[in-house]
Amino acid sequence: MTSRPTIFAVLLFISLAIFAWGCWRRFSLLTIGQREDRFDNPGQRVLEMLKYAFAQKRVLAKPFGINHFVIFWTFLILLVANSEFILNGLFPSIKLIKLPFELYVPLVFMIDMASILALGAVVIAYVRRIVAPPFPEARTAEAFVILTLIGMLMVAYFFLNASELATIMYRSNSDPASFLATAGKMMPVSALIAGLLPQAQLGSIHGAAWWLHALALLTFICYLPNSKHMHILTAIPNCFFRRLEKPNTVPREEFKAGNTFGVDRVDHFTWKDLLDSFSCTECGRCQNACPASLTKKPLNPRGIIHDIKVNLLKNGPGLKNGQQPVKALIGEEGEEHCCDEAIWACTTCGACMEACPVFIEQMPKIIQMRRHFVETEARFPEELLNLFENMEGRSNPWGIAPSERTKWSATLDVKPFDSDTTEYLFYVGCAGSFDARNKHVTVAMTQLLDKAGVSWGILGKEEKCCGDSVRRLGNEYLFDKMARENVALFKERGVKKVIVQCPHCFTTFKNDYRQFGLELEVIHHSELLRNLVQDGRLVLDKTTAEFGSVVFHDSCYLGRHNDVYDAPREVIAAATGAAPAEMERNRNNAFCCGAGGGRMWMEEHGGERINLARVKEALEQKPETICVSCPYCMTMFEDGLKDVKSEGVRVRDLAEVMAEAVLR
Amino acid sequence: MLIVVCIKQVPDTTQVQIDPVTNTLVREGIPFIVNPYDTHALEESLRLKDRFRCKVAAISMGPPNAEATLKKALALGVDKAILLSDRVFGGADTLATSNVLSAAISKLNTEMDEVGLVLCGKQTIDGDTAQVGPGIASRLGYQQLTLVDRIENLDLSQKRIRVSRKLEGRHEIVEAPLPAMLTVVRELNRPRYPKVPMRLAAADAQVEVWNNQVLKLDEQSIGLKGSPTWVSKIFSPERVVGEILGDGYADPEGTAALLIEKLMAKDMLPI
Ligand SMILES: Cc1cc2nc3c(=O)[nH]c(=O)nc-3n(C[C@@H](O)[C@H](O)[C@H](O)COP(=O)(O)OP(=O)(O)OC[C@H]3O[C@@H](n4cnc5c(N)ncnc54)[C@H](O)[C@@H]3O)c2cc1C
Ligand code: SF4
Ligand code: SF4
Repeated sequence: MTSRPTIFAVLLFISLAIFAWGCWRRFSLLTIGQREDRFDNPGQRVLEMLKYAFAQKRVLAKPFGINHFVIFWTFLILLVANSEFILNGLFPSIKLIKLPFELYVPLVFMIDMASILALGAVVIAYVRRIVAPPFPEARTAEAFVILTLIGMLMVAYFFLNASELATIMYRSNSDPASFLATAGKMMPVSALIAGLLPQAQLGSIHGAAWWLHALALLTFICYLPNSKHMHILTAIPNCFFRRLEKPNTVPREEFKAGNTFGVDRVDHFTWKDLLDSFSCTECGRCQNACPASLTKKPLNPRGIIHDIKVNLLKNGPGLKNGQQPVKALIGEEGEEHCCDEAIWACTTCGACMEACPVFIEQMPKIIQMRRHFVETEARFPEELLNLFENMEGRSNPWGIAPSERTKWSATLDVKPFDSDTTEYLFYVGCAGSFDARNKHVTVAMTQLLDKAGVSWGILGKEEKCCGDSVRRLGNEYLFDKMARENVALFKERGVKKVIVQCPHCFTTFKNDYRQFGLELEVIHHSELLRNLVQDGRLVLDKTTAEFGSVVFHDSCYLGRHNDVYDAPREVIAAATGAAPAEMERNRNNAFCCGAGGGRMWMEEHGGERINLARVKEALEQKPETICVSCPYCMTMFEDGLKDVKSEGVRVRDLAEVMAEAVLR
Repeated sequence: MLIVVCIKQVPDTTQVQIDPVTNTLVREGIPFIVNPYDTHALEESLRLKDRFRCKVAAISMGPPNAEATLKKALALGVDKAILLSDRVFGGADTLATSNVLSAAISKLNTEMDEVGLVLCGKQTIDGDTAQVGPGIASRLGYQQLTLVDRIENLDLSQKRIRVSRKLEGRHEIVEAPLPAMLTVVRELNRPRYPKVPMRLAAADAQVEVWNNQVLKLDEQSIGLKGSPTWVSKIFSPERVVGEILGDGYADPEGTAALLIEKLMAKDMLPI
């Protein structure tokens, strides 16, 4: 009969070959992606990787994360046990017990404990997936197979160890009670089981457990690179290669004849985008944070990432050999989750990216696909035609004559910006200039600026739209033109410091225009007002009670995309004398108002309206005032309140709240 | 078959003012756009091109900067773009304009391909006369189908076209032999948006310029000399600010009620 090491060696060799082939097959597909530099700041990258991949900081942000944390770390510890198992399988003389005793005892103790913890975590994961899965589609056969395999490994390990212990015990003729008590200090669980095993069958139990362990391990090795559990191999590098700056923008495009614009083929994505698709753990956190998914729109950020992977596996091998794709990625003929309606449903709120434990960047991929629709195919929801033409012809979303940009200031004493005499440009923005409701915010701001003695001026009729909506909607060609014009204008006028009252202008100037060579000091009015109060330039003798209980709504582009969470809260607290009430989902978990990503200008089809969902959440706090820091949020909340017929609740921008306290 | 579409560059009229002294439009500093009706004519020509694989030429009479308008047409997919530009064409009224445009269409007919359709906008937003299209049709002896809101049928083998005309409160279905001149209304279609690769190609493409050395028209029939129209006065009617009722922001309901009351008092609301 062939000896066990020989059979094992053959099986191991086959498994490793399958493993290597699976890894090569998938990893080599990354080479069809476009170039992208993710190797800068290696030191910082290592730290980030330790923090997020090993310390699992984001995984732990959700209650169930602890379960994954346990599986991850026990897995690392058990790598030692499994390495021993493999080596011992090949060369039976190699055993852990040959290590120095001081090393051996703590090691086996850790392994024993890790195994029971892992088994417990697997059982919990199993039950959770049956009883309350993170999302319904998570009950896949694949998930159960993997959990079963891990469970089998643990059970086999215990029986293997226990049968070995029992064999030693009987061979040495020692007293079972005292032997097990001593062994129990080293391997509590294995010792417990050892006491229960029948002496006569020890040999066959050992043999069966050994083979069960071997087969489970080898199956796991074969399965790994060919399943969603490939994330075990890719998640760590994915954290290493994450975007070190917030992924709040998208890269520029080069407008040269012959280039492609946007993405409709999987090889138009960068290699990092493709690595993202292999790194998805299918935890569903993104879709459980996504305002579109949660209001029953066809968009599912997990689905988008999943479909990129599916499409890559289908098309990748052919594309690598210069063939055409066999299956479209987007549109009607494309993958399920990359249909037109899904791609247009995104508000670019960034909740998906904030939730993803392995830093997958869903939003920029969606914008890339929009770029393909708009730029290459000129195909988009019909409402957007007017928007694009208004932006191109008149540099504002409504198509109002640019000469009307300064109408709000007709009765005020407002000076033009002059770099010699004014410190700040107050960039009013389209909503602040044209929208009837938001013009009140503009006026409140100007009064506060004057009161605090800030030196400011406006560009007046020369002011143009910042282009935020068109960029998020994928009309990069138009955005490029608008951005270049604005950058030239700002440079020509010597603008260095800009006050904005709109988070969309804020992020565009701060993050997007940097790609166009403009470094500005951009300050959102929430930060400016906070500073003015702190510096004693806005004096609050008494706070205003006018607003009653105030609940604050975080704007996505102020909070999640730019990390400004405290300033608006401090402004409200200063003005009203009390910290604002918080909605259930707040700060980085805040729920979008529905207007970002150009959705402000689009019809919302199907499901519940996003603004209604958010308004209802705000009303749970029984506020008298809902305070916002963004003109789009203002519109969405005012509209939403009308729809729920909630009398007596007002929406106010924080500048209005502050003006009430300071100016009365 | 060749389709010729006539497009005019017009000032964005919401931003236009009239010089009180010279009675002429102040065009300085005002952005130009393609006459909105002409964008629909252009779109229809491109749809016919997609369907019948015919060629489309866009022509425009105007100053050299009207080239931008024709580049937009190229970006949308016309095959040829011609700018009719010459100092002697300047100051043209509708008669002189249609003389120049007709001459260009004839030249295209002999040199490029047989013209089957000429598409014009219903009218422009600056001149507003709605005369140029019909002028072209009479000069060239083409059938004249104005105010078209739908092309019902185009039969290239029989050389016939059937269209729906949008008139006050009714539609008229008219059939005519080709060649025909159509003026179109906005309801005809939704204009497309240019694709970036086409925009880039158009930016590099050449717009042909034809001056009067090319068209060789009698100077008495073109430009100021060929224009019998004499503009005696242009003025903006004075707008008086009416009565301001209530405060719509502070009290929207109350203000609306005031308005209703007022309208009812003047018997302006049907009850
Ligand atoms: C009262 C009045 C004042 C005028 N004032 C001036 C002035 O201050 N300055 C000045 O330069 N001219 C002036 N003009 C003349 C001239 O600009 C007219 O606008 C021109 O003759 C076209 O007429 P229209 O704009 O009414 O076109 P319409 O007859 O309304 O246009 C119908 C269609 O014809 C086609 N079309 C018209 N013009 C052109 C063109 N040039 N190229 C290609 N296609 C075209 C378009 O498809 C258009 O939709 C004036 C004309 C009038 C009647
Ligand atoms: S950015 Fe927001 S709306 Fe878009 S997919 Fe992510 S969570 Fe959903
Ligand atoms: S993309 Fe990220 S958050 Fe979404 S399911 Fe995958 S791993 Fe989870």
